Amino acid sequence: MARDTAVLVLGGGSTGCGIARDLAMRGLDVTLVERGNLTDGTTGRMHGLLHSGGRYAVSDQASATECIEENEILREIAGHCVEETGGLFVQRPEDSDDYFREKLEGCRECGIPARVLSGSEAREVEPYLADDVKRAIEVPDGAVDPFRLCVANAIDAENHGARVETHAEVIDLLRDGDDIYGVEVRHDSGPGKRTHATPGTTEEITADYVVNATGAWAGQIGAMADLEIEVRPSKGVMTIMNVRQVDTVINRCRPKGDADIVVPHETTAILGTTDEEVSDPDDYPEAGWEVDQMIDTLSELVPILSEARTIRSFWGVRPLYEPPGTGTQDPTDITRDFFLLDHADRDGVSGMSSIVGGKFTTYRAMAEEISDHVCEQLGVNATCATADEPLPGSENIETLEAGMDDFGLRSPVARRSKQRLGSRANEVLETEEPNPVICQCEGVTRAEIRDAISQSGSDLNAVRIRTRASMGNCQGGFCCQNMANELHPTHDEETACEALDELFQERWKGERHALWGEQLSQAMLNYALHATTMNRDRDPASASENVDFAAFDGGRTEGDRVDGPRGAR
Amino acid sequence: MAIEDDILVIGGGLAGATAALAAADRGAQVRLVSAKQSTLRHASGLIDVLGYAPAGDGPLADPFAALEDLPAGHPYERVGGEAVREALAFFDEIAGDAYEGGHTDANALVPTHGGTVKPTARYPVSTADGLASDDRDALLVGFETLPDFDAPLSAAHLEAAGAPFEARGVTVQFPGIVRDDAKITRYAHLLDRPETVQTDRGETTAREALAAVVDPHLEGESRVGFPAVLGDDHADAVRADLGDRLGVDVFEVPMGPPSLPGMRLEDLLYDALEERGVRVTTGVPVVDYETDADGANADEPARIDHVVVDRNGTEIPHRADQYVLATGGLVGKGVESERERVFEPIFDCHVPHAADRYDWFVDDVFGDQPYARFGLPVDRDLRPLDADDGLEFPNLRGAGAVLGGYDFAAEKSGAGVSLATGYVAGRRAAEEKR
Repeated sequence: MARDTAVLVLGGGSTGCGIARDLAMRGLDVTLVERGNLTDGTTGRMHGLLHSGGRYAVSDQASATECIEENEILREIAGHCVEETGGLFVQRPEDSDDYFREKLEGCRECGIPARVLSGSEAREVEPYLADDVKRAIEVPDGAVDPFRLCVANAIDAENHGARVETHAEVIDLLRDGDDIYGVEVRHDSGPGKRTHATPGTTEEITADYVVNATGAWAGQIGAMADLEIEVRPSKGVMTIMNVRQVDTVINRCRPKGDADIVVPHETTAILGTTDEEVSDPDDYPEAGWEVDQMIDTLSELVPILSEARTIRSFWGVRPLYEPPGTGTQDPTDITRDFFLLDHADRDGVSGMSSIVGGKFTTYRAMAEEISDHVCEQLGVNATCATADEPLPGSENIETLEAGMDDFGLRSPVARRSKQRLGSRANEVLETEEPNPVICQCEGVTRAEIRDAISQSGSDLNAVRIRTRASMGNCQGGFCCQNMANELHPTHDEETACEALDELFQERWKGERHALWGEQLSQAMLNYALHATTMNRDRDPASASENVDFAAFDGGRTEGDRVDGPRGAR
Repeated sequence: MAIEDDILVIGGGLAGATAALAAADRGAQVRLVSAKQSTLRHASGLIDVLGYAPAGDGPLADPFAALEDLPAGHPYERVGGEAVREALAFFDEIAGDAYEGGHTDANALVPTHGGTVKPTARYPVSTADGLASDDRDALLVGFETLPDFDAPLSAAHLEAAGAPFEARGVTVQFPGIVRDDAKITRYAHLLDRPETVQTDRGETTAREALAAVVDPHLEGESRVGFPAVLGDDHADAVRADLGDRLGVDVFEVPMGPPSLPGMRLEDLLYDALEERGVRVTTGVPVVDYETDADGANADEPARIDHVVVDRNGTEIPHRADQYVLATGGLVGKGVESERERVFEPIFDCHVPHAADRYDWFVDDVFGDQPYARFGLPVDRDLRPLDADDGLEFPNLRGAGAVLGGYDFAAEKSGAGVSLATGYVAGRRAAEEKR
C-alpha cells in the first residue's frame, strides 16, 4: 500500500528535528509532526549549556566522552548557535578536595581539556565569583541557543525535502493488528504554517515507519497503541537574570545537587536547576521556593546574584528513562543515556520505535544512531553526513564576519543580528525597505521579524524563538505590539490581534515567577501600557456588546470644522 | 540649616504637580522635589477619570455617575465625587486651550496607537479631531520607520471596534528621516523648527514635504491622523500648517513611550508651577526623614519634622509643616518590593500585601491583578494609615499612584486619581499649615 511518507517523526524538539534532518539528508522522504511550536517541549526549556562533558566526568564517563565529541562537532556545524564561553567547575571551601581531584582526573580520562585555576586566577576570569572560592577546573563548556539550533535542523530538513508540520497534535496512532502505520493529527489551524483564527482540521498521515521522539511525552504516545513506555519525567527550574553576571559557564564542583550552574546566554544569564520526578509532563507544580533556592544557593558562588534582577523563570521536563527493573529512586541517579525502544523487539508491535532519555548536547549523535536503525528497518543503504555538513546559517561564518558591511544599522544591532542569522545575514538583512528595530532590548530588526514570519506564519511565539524578540528586560511589554504589527497586512486584523494576545500571555507566564523588585515594576509598566494606553484588556473590538458611540463626547468644535472634504482649498 | 517651606511635595508627576499647584493657589509657600524624570513620558497624555467600573462594566459614557458606587478605600471614595469635579475644573483652568473635553461630563473615546479606542475625560487639543465618537471618515497615516503605529492595522481595528465612520490607513515614508531608528523627538523637531529636507522635487520644509507625501492618499476624508510626533514646542502650529496644506483637520494618535503628549503635559505643568512661584528641584531623591520629638504626645503619632534630600551626594535637610507624598506606584518606584515584602521606601508607610508573593498576581495577564492595587491606604484626609488603621504621620498626605486600593490600568482612572488626590492633598495641606 502506498504510504504518505517513508518516515514519520513525532516530536519537534532537538531529537526529532535532528532525526528529520539526518534522514532527509540521506534521501528519505520524511514528515515531522509537532504538537506545538518547534522546541515547545524539553528543548525550549533547557538552560542552554553546551556540555563539555565535565559534568558527567565522574559519574557517567560514557556520556562525558560522547559530550566532548559532540561539543566539538557542534562548534563546527552550528557555529552561529554556539558561544564558546568556556566553563569553570568551582570549588568552595566546604566542597570536597577528593571530588575536585576525581573531577579533574575524570575529565582527563574522557579527553576533556581541563586546567586547574587558583581562586584568584578564577576571579580574574570571572570577577564576580565569591571571594572564598578556592579553585576551579576550566573546561570547554559553551552556551548554545537551543531554539536557533533546533530551527536550523528543521529548516535544513525542509531544504532536503522533508515536511515539517507544527501545531499538529497526534491524537491517535494508526494500527493494523500488530503493525503501526501512521498517526492521526489535529491541525491547530489546518496544515501548513499556522495562522491564528483559522479553523483546524484532522489528517491521517501514513508512513512506512514511525519514530516516536516525543521525549517526556513518549509514554502518552505509546499508550495510544497500548504500549507501555516507562518514561520518568523530571522537572527542573531555571531562572533568567536580566544581564550576564558571568561570561563563563559556572558549575559547582560537587557530586550533585540542586542549583549548581549559571550559564551566560546571549544578553542574560540562566540559573539552574532542580531535578524532581513528576507524574504528568504537562501539569506539575511550579513553586516559588524553587526560584528562591536558585538565587540563594547560586549566590554562594556569585554573590551579586542575590541583588540582581530576574526577568522570568521557567520549568523544563527531562525525558528520563531507565530500563524496567532498575528501581532507581532519585531522578538525579537515573542515567542521561538515551534508549531506542524497538517496539517490534520489545512488544511485538512493528512499525515504530521510541526514543527516550538522552540530552541536548548529544542530540545529533542520537539522531545518527536512530536514523541508522530506521534505515536498517527500511532496508535503505545510506550514510550519515550530519557531523560534516554545516547547518543553515553556519556556512562560511569567517568570511561573513570578515567582509560584511553593517546594513546601515547601529553597530551593536548589526552585530547581534549577524550573530543570530549567521551566514543567512545577507539574505535576510539586505533589503531596500527601511529596517527599523522592532525589539529594542534584543536589537531585533523588522527584516528579521519578517523573515521569521515567513518561516512560521502568524505564530509570534515561533517568531520569538527564531529572533529573540520579546525575550529581553521588558519581556515584550514594549515590542509584542510591534511584532504583531508586522503580521499585517499579510495576515488580517483579527489574526494579528489574536497572535498578539497569545504572545503577551505567554510572556506573562514566565514573568509571574519573577514578580518582585525591578521586574514587578516592569510588569506594572507593561500592564499599564497595554491596559491604560491601548485598552487591550477591555478592547471594545473583542467585547461582546457593541459600544454606543453616540453616547460619548463627539468633540466641542462641531461648528469650527472644515466644511466637507478639502473645504479649505 | 534646613531649607524651610510651608509645604513640601515629594514627587514631580501629575499628582505631585497638582498638589503643589493647589497648595500654592491657597497662598502657601510650596517646594516640590523629585528624584528623577516623571513617568509622564510613559503616559499617553490623556486625562482618564473613570472608563470602567472596578467590576469591569463599561466603557462608561458618564464617569461621574459611577463615582458614587466605588468601594470603600478607593481613592475617589476617599475624596468624594465633588472633589473630583473640582480637581478637573482646576486642571481645566491650568491647561487652558491645551486640553479639551471640559464642555461635557461624558467621556470621549480616543483611538490610540494599538488601534483600540479608550474612554477618557480630557484629551490634548492635538487629539480632539481624532475622537472615535465623531462620525467623520478618517485617514490614518503611519511611517515606515515608526513600527509602533501600523496605520492600516489600526484602521481595521477601529472598524472591528464598531467605530461609526470609515477609517483607512496608509504607510508612508517620513521626509527627512534618514536613519531607520531615529528617535521620536527627531520627527518632532524636523516639523517643529521646521527643518528643510531633500525631496525629489528639491529642498523644502519638512512640513511641506510631509503634506506632499500624504496628499495623494486622501480620498475625501476630512480628518487625518498621525502618530503623536507632530512637533514639540510648536505642536499647534505644526498641526495647523499640515491641516492647511492638506485641507483637512489633523490630529494625533496617542502613543506609548516616549510619549510627546506626555512630555507636553509635563511642560505645561512645570510652566504653571513656575508661574505660581513653586520652587522645583528635580534629580534629588529624598533619602531619609526625622520626626518631631518635641511636640508629640505619647499617644499621638509623631509628626515629620524634616526630610533629607540627597543632592549629588550632599544630604540637605528640608523642613516643612506639611508633606505630600506623590512618588508614584510600582512604575514610579514610590512603591517598591523585594522577594518577601512590598514597601514604601521613604517613610516605610504601610502597604497591604499578601505574605506569599505568589498571591500578588493571577495567571491571566489581564485578570484582576492584586499587584496593580498595591499602595498606601489612607483616611479621608488622604493621610496614610498603618496596619491598625492608625495615622502614620499627622502631617503627611499621599496622592496619585502611591495610593492603593485601585487598579488604574483596568479602570482607566490613573490621571483622574492623580488630579483629584493631588488637588485635595494640596488644598488640605495648605489649609492646615500652621
